[in-house]
Amino acid sequence: MASNTNFEKYKSDGSLQGNLLEWFDARFPATSMWRGHLSEYYAPKNFNFWYFFGSLAMLVLVIQIVTGIFLVMHYKPDASLNENGIPVAFASVEYIMRDVNWGWLIRYMHSTGASAFFVVVYLHMFRGMLYGSYRQPRELIWVFGTLIFLCLMAEAFMGYLLPWGQMSFWGAQVIVNLFSAIPLIGEPLSLWIRGDFVVGDATLNRFFSFHVIAVPLVLLGLIAAHILALHEVGSNNPDGVEIKKRKDVHGNPLDGIPFHPYYTVKDIVGVVVFLMVFSIIVFFAPEGGGYFLEYNNFLPADPLKTPAHIAPVWYFTPYYSLLRAMVWPLFGIDAKFWGVVLMGAGVVILAFLPWLDRSPVKSIRYRGPIFKTLLTLFVISFVLLGFLGTKPPSYAFFGVIPGAPVAQFLTAYYFLFFLTMPWWSKIDKYKPEPDRVTM
Amino acid sequence: MSNECKVDGGRRRLIVATAAVGGVGAIAALVPFVSSMLPSERARAAGAPVEVDIGSLEAGQMITVEWRGRPVWIINRTTHMLESLPKLDSEMADPKSERNMQPEYCRNETRSIKPEIMVVVGICTHLGCSPSAKFKSGTEEGMDGGWLGGFLCPCHGSTFDFAGRVFKSKPAPDNLEVPKHMYLSDKRILIGEDKKGA
Amino acid sequence: MKKLLAALLFAPALALAAGAAIHLDKAPNVQGDNAALQSGARTFVNYCLNCHGASFARYSRLTELGLTEQQVRDNLMFTAEKIGETMRVAARPEEQKRWFGAAPPDLTLIARARSSADGSGADWLYTYLRSFYVDEKRPTGWNNVVFENVGMPHVLGQLQGVQVLNKDHKLELLAPGSLSAADYDKLIGDLVGFMVWLAEPHAGFRKNLGFGVLAFLVVFFGFAYALKKAYWKDVK
Repeated sequence: MASNTNFEKYKSDGSLQGNLLEWFDARFPATSMWRGHLSEYYAPKNFNFWYFFGSLAMLVLVIQIVTGIFLVMHYKPDASLNENGIPVAFASVEYIMRDVNWGWLIRYMHSTGASAFFVVVYLHMFRGMLYGSYRQPRELIWVFGTLIFLCLMAEAFMGYLLPWGQMSFWGAQVIVNLFSAIPLIGEPLSLWIRGDFVVGDATLNRFFSFHVIAVPLVLLGLIAAHILALHEVGSNNPDGVEIKKRKDVHGNPLDGIPFHPYYTVKDIVGVVVFLMVFSIIVFFAPEGGGYFLEYNNFLPADPLKTPAHIAPVWYFTPYYSLLRAMVWPLFGIDAKFWGVVLMGAGVVILAFLPWLDRSPVKSIRYRGPIFKTLLTLFVISFVLLGFLGTKPPSYAFFGVIPGAPVAQFLTAYYFLFFLTMPWWSKIDKYKPEPDRVTM
Repeated sequence: MSNECKVDGGRRRLIVATAAVGGVGAIAALVPFVSSMLPSERARAAGAPVEVDIGSLEAGQMITVEWRGRPVWIINRTTHMLESLPKLDSEMADPKSERNMQPEYCRNETRSIKPEIMVVVGICTHLGCSPSAKFKSGTEEGMDGGWLGGFLCPCHGSTFDFAGRVFKSKPAPDNLEVPKHMYLSDKRILIGEDKKGA
Repeated sequence: MKKLLAALLFAPALALAAGAAIHLDKAPNVQGDNAALQSGARTFVNYCLNCHGASFARYSRLTELGLTEQQVRDNLMFTAEKIGETMRVAARPEEQKRWFGAAPPDLTLIARARSSADGSGADWLYTYLRSFYVDEKRPTGWNNVVFENVGMPHVLGQLQGVQVLNKDHKLELLAPGSLSAADYDKLIGDLVGFMVWLAEPHAGFRKNLGFGVLAFLVVFFGFAYALKKAYWKDVK
């Protein structure tokens, strides 16, 4: 589809405008890109609520890039102390919040956008699991997607250091120290990442560089690959039916409608609703109850004083729980290392989903009770892991059920869900997929 | 369904209306981003009017104060210096200060409120260097014999007299800028603000 | 398994320990009440600003509390020369570190930083500033219920009077200060209100703007939804 010889070049109607367009189109695949990706990209007509989150992720990406560009104009990645004894980086964020015209709005949009990114991406990924969007022939789209998720985590983690508050500093300190758990190369590796013996000015500068240029470039490339791969094979839909199997006389899918105008006008509605929620947070609760902007991050970084309770930002907490769940040394290597392995595996295992799922049907609509039950439990355990990750290890539900063993149990479930999937997805009951999509 | 997607009148009206409303929103959303590039509160505070005490400024002396990051010279001109001004009228590019390089109240022979006190931005109107003081007349400071005293820009050789007026046929196109200023009292000047405001 | 059992056994104790949070009194909300905020600003510059800075805030911003620049200059600016300057302490941070052991924290953002699950930052400050008691074991002679072994002495002690911790670990006023208990609470309420304002001076404007933005989005939604309807009537 992206290969574009199938679309005829634009023919001028003789007007000046038409001639210009013809000249342009002869030298640039404007018409073919427009048609291939929008006006003649046929998407299934039965997209539901869950299909908003892909375009919303694009919207949040744009918000982050634009607000980020303007924040970089005023922000200074400098850990040295100013004449008031405040780190310059921290002071420059507060300068943005107070002295730069509208800086507070731009900064709140960026900080809320970070959380919003993960909200829409988590929902987008869940959509994929609901309707089997990762199944053949869309494995690569899913793999690119998991790489995007990984990049996003790196981007968010490094961005979080930049305000140089207490949580920024100690969060980075803890996460970078995780790398030191790797046998043999661990210590030198974390030293190399920090560029200093503690998280310091060198770390701040390199994280700034990665956050504003390196990771975004990779991210953009991956997103382009994600979308090109999608437009090559076509979108899945809530029925999991391949619309390309049934075509009309023109060779267009019977159950497909052109993305533009149908889904553009529909996505605008989704965008407006999203912007309402986004605005409510930005204007009325930018701290997000201490989850989007942590209270301790209003204190400048102090390498001599750790806050009483450090928790990562909410979007990392499910994986943070996986990390903490591992408390037993194995094969003579301490638990810390295996915790890191578990956390990494928790993300990487997602990429294998296309090959773990052996169900004959894609969509949850036609899958059996085992999948429905296990997926529900998976969502519950993911949310609970996230919740426990925000709490100290000593946390107990209602003061009686200890959180730590619960987290360990849920961690086991998280991995077993994936690892036993080849078995249970095969033996599960299913209903035959219909021929055509249902509305 | 058919592959042809007709844009009928109803749809066209709705497209126009939605685009108009969305356009208004987009323009409104631009405002914060565009205005974030204007001088910040800090820059404005740093660029606030500067109060200068000239009580100890003796005749023939000059002090430099910083206003909005630029040097502002305050010169207490001697009668000798003031007498040099009319003699140079014929050599000046803009002897009567007709171009808009000073507030209205300084559009006079001495380009100042009080004849002896000169307040001028010490930035050459050519490319922004700061001219150096060459107060002594004649060749004593490396100038030519007919020099009556004034300023020389080290970058491209523009010369100015004691009222900041630029000599003809020099790279600098205009006289030095006289900033807004006013007298708070006999010996106190506020630079950057006059009775009309900042 | 043993670990699990142990965890189960100890969990209630741990939970109790975690649950023993300090009770915070609710701070009065005085945002928008310029008289209260101005009184808070006066207390702030007279008592707090001697040792603590508010180095992100500019004096000029105080005009947003209904004061003229001249009033700010005359009544609230003691160390600064220009109205656009930030609210710094006269002492340098290194010197303060020598005097106090640690430089007193900057107070611009303290009302936001002190928020927690126990209550808002305002509640914490409001309770903290009313919870000093005499403790001979401390170098300053003061301790605090909310902030144990705090480094700061009770700067407002003359106003509040002398409190002690009685046998039930409750605060008791031993000798009244120059203000009555109600007046002291009002003074602290205003001060905390000012500090909340100081931590985010644009908060009021932010919320007002939020209503405008939402109103616009509701209108835009109407058009966008009608447009979507107009197209999707094709799709069957």
